[in-house]
Amino acid sequence: MNGWRARKRKRWPVPDNSAIAHAGQEAITAAHHDDGDNSAHAEHPAYLRHHFESVEQQADTTNFAMWLFLLTEVMFFGGLFLAYLILRNWYYPAFVVGSHQLSIFWGTTNTVTLIASSFTMAMGVWCAETGRRKGLVLSLSLTFALGLVFLGIKSIEYHEKWEKHHIPGLHYSVQSFVNPASDPDIAEYHDKPLNMDMARHTELYFFLYFAMTGMHALHMIIGIGILAFMIYRARAGAYTSGHVTFVENFGLYWHFVDIIWIYLFALLYLISRHQ
Amino acid sequence: MSEETKQTEHEHHIVGPGVYVAILLALLVGTALTVWASFLELGPWNPVIALAIATTKAILVVLFFMHVKYSTKLTKLTVMAGIFMFLVLISMTLADYMSRAWGSW
Repeated sequence: MNGWRARKRKRWPVPDNSAIAHAGQEAITAAHHDDGDNSAHAEHPAYLRHHFESVEQQADTTNFAMWLFLLTEVMFFGGLFLAYLILRNWYYPAFVVGSHQLSIFWGTTNTVTLIASSFTMAMGVWCAETGRRKGLVLSLSLTFALGLVFLGIKSIEYHEKWEKHHIPGLHYSVQSFVNPASDPDIAEYHDKPLNMDMARHTELYFFLYFAMTGMHALHMIIGIGILAFMIYRARAGAYTSGHVTFVENFGLYWHFVDIIWIYLFALLYLISRHQ
Repeated sequence: MSEETKQTEHEHHIVGPGVYVAILLALLVGTALTVWASFLELGPWNPVIALAIATTKAILVVLFFMHVKYSTKLTKLTVMAGIFMFLVLISMTLADYMSRAWGSW
């Protein structure tokens, strides 16, 4: 009994990768010629990966993958929305007076800004699909600018919260809630003073406000970074010669961020204006 | 190319500027409407109306800006699965909270 070790070893040559690739190419070319298909290997678009059958299949696959990513984002923001739903019902008076601190004017301006940026992004996708290079660069640049306007307005709002000590933490102040008459910004609401216990829970409202709008703003910042990259590439002629996948999938991301804001605007700014 | 893969493919549908402008206007009208509605005193209906308008806007964005209306069945199914899972997340958690400590926090 010699066991498996005794088997005589066959010596294989070191693989020659370029020779293998060359042989593979010849086989593919031959196969195409065999079934009368005259689309030789060299003639398919350079951006078609070899594990896809066609450009359409590749586009559908990446579209599917992008949506899978967006589903994880839905569940991520979904947890925050759910926390907001439950805590708002538990500490309802605190959440109502907390939301009175937000400016409807800035909120509406930002909603319009973001909707406009979604529109320019959609136009960018159309320009890419129809091969309009200048139009694509213009659309992406407008989207970029509107994204910055959104963040600028957001920073004005955050700064106001900073000045009024409405950022959760050691320096948080409940003055506007235990003594609403001392805060001229909320005079129009005629809020009744809250007791100390309920007033402390406004901190929860602002915690969720900063968590949700902050995560949304982070998505905007990432998006603006990718936009800058795309503008740079589009100026050099990318995306307008058939391969629009990157612009399209970024469009999905940008519109998704827009949808998140549509809900944030309704839930954080609007629904507690009365009561 | 096999017959099977051919069937799953579809022509790439290009949505034109006309549709985008129409959706933009609809979204702006929706925004104006929801801000206006928030000034009305509607009691428990305020959040309901705000969420209904927000959902209408979201559906418009998903269908037209995100091209889901013109996408493959696979993409449509994926989107529906996402919304469904989100509703499961909400309803299961709410069922848990409301059947235990609701009102005694």
